Amino acid sequence: MKMSEEMYTEIILDYYKNPKNFGNLDNPEIKFKDLNPSCGDVVEIQVKLEKNKVHDVKFNGKGCAISLASAELLTEHLKGKNIDEIKNLNKEEILELLGINLSEIRLKCALLPLKVFKVGLYNYLGEKDEGQNY
Amino acid sequence: MKKDFPIFKRKINGKNLVYLDSGATSQKPAIVINAEKEFYENHNANINRGIHTLGDEATRMYEDTRKKVAKFINSNFKEVIFTRNATESINLVARSFLKPILKENDLILLTEMEHHANLIPWQIIAKESKAKIEYVPIDEEGLLDLDKAKKLLSKKPKIFAFTHVSNVLGTINPVKELIKIAHSYNVPVLIDGAQSVPHFKTDVKELDCDFLVFSAHKMLGPTGVGILFGKKELLEKMEVFMGGGDMIKEAYYNGFIPDEIPNKFEAGTPNIAGVVAFGKAIEYLENLEMKNVEKNDKELINYALKKLSKIKNIEIYGPKDSKLRSSLIAFNCYTNDNVLIHPHDLATILDENGIAIRAGHHCCMPLHEKLNLTATSRISFYVYTTKEDIDVFIKCLEEVNKIFNKEIEVISK
Repeated sequence: MKMSEEMYTEIILDYYKNPKNFGNLDNPEIKFKDLNPSCGDVVEIQVKLEKNKVHDVKFNGKGCAISLASAELLTEHLKGKNIDEIKNLNKEEILELLGINLSEIRLKCALLPLKVFKVGLYNYLGEKDEGQNY
Repeated sequence: MKKDFPIFKRKINGKNLVYLDSGATSQKPAIVINAEKEFYENHNANINRGIHTLGDEATRMYEDTRKKVAKFINSNFKEVIFTRNATESINLVARSFLKPILKENDLILLTEMEHHANLIPWQIIAKESKAKIEYVPIDEEGLLDLDKAKKLLSKKPKIFAFTHVSNVLGTINPVKELIKIAHSYNVPVLIDGAQSVPHFKTDVKELDCDFLVFSAHKMLGPTGVGILFGKKELLEKMEVFMGGGDMIKEAYYNGFIPDEIPNKFEAGTPNIAGVVAFGKAIEYLENLEMKNVEKNDKELINYALKKLSKIKNIEIYGPKDSKLRSSLIAFNCYTNDNVLIHPHDLATILDENGIAIRAGHHCCMPLHEKLNLTATSRISFYVYTTKEDIDVFIKCLEEVNKIFNKEIEVISK
């Protein structure tokens, strides 16, 4: 099978075209935005917390199918989770969620939402994320 | 002609290479690649100092390219300065020509279609001197508003710096006319020729531009060689740029006297082998003749525009009249339900088929924002590009459309 057929699965395309978590939240505790300067993709993630748990989460921005599908999958994954559970979320888990093979260049697209979320989370906690190299 | 370019023997993902990214950098013919090797094997020495045979040969070969460049753009060879790239050439003019005379509230005039290279150097010195920058606006088709340009020029900016050909829209600007108007207000003009000098005959005397910048690597030459043309009387008056060896006539513990042009602006050991090899690139282009390079470009652009316009849900940017366009086309494709097929996704699928295109903002973030676009895809041509290349690209574009229009109703939401 061709790489593009593997990469652009129906699920990825559905997430890209019909994201459920695209939008904004009122007064989110965590709000962070970043862009990929080489391509101009922009992702913002907003998180509403309740008792250290992710009560609701939305994302917005502009980007390719891979970065926006990744944002949709990530936000879905975060819902209802305790902060401690998601503090160490890593690259491998995101790639597992996406379930596709990616070239080195496209990895940046896939990992932009994770980077945005984690920088936002650590800013909120006032801690430094030691483990990650995005 | 592809046989002159070794890279076309390369397979990409098992497919023949279809290189449609010449606007970013051109491929290099064997004579250019070999010239660099030959220089290191037979003539390598530093220039302007060795009394020995090799030093003399290296200096002659380096200066020989300067003469070839001068003839190519119809200037005096002393008016040709070698830099690292067109970007450095613009920084040189900003720093050495404009900065010393730029005062608070002075005006710098650019256009809305400039590459970051012709934007950021001016923003840096404007900030330092508290000067202002204004931009000649473009219309929906990507043409400059000439009436507005006239009005802005009447405010007597300290320089008008603009591109001959837009690297996103492909627009060929009416450079000669604009220079005439600028000069009627005594405004000096810098032309960014990065996308024009490689593609059609550029005569600095005919244009009467004060400065012209371009890059060797976009015209079959090696990377790391840029060119600045400046009128002799301006270059002579200008402040020095970088200090070091080669740019001084006399040096003392308490000061220095700069050398004459062009050495005055070439501090330190330059990219000698690159400049020598660039001489071969110019020879190659002169053998082809620039009028034929331009003719080939025009045929390709007409062919590609015709084919692209038949693609479903496509948006093509830039002038509709192909006479006003040079050798590149930026576009975006949408799905049947009007979702953008992001240029990154498009480029990934094309790459899998051996086709190289540019996807992103092409170093023109403000222009993309003005056009309300996240990113665009761009195909760009050069002397080795054929109609067959475009056919392969178009066929693959249709495949991308199919992938992105897959029926996805079956998936539970």
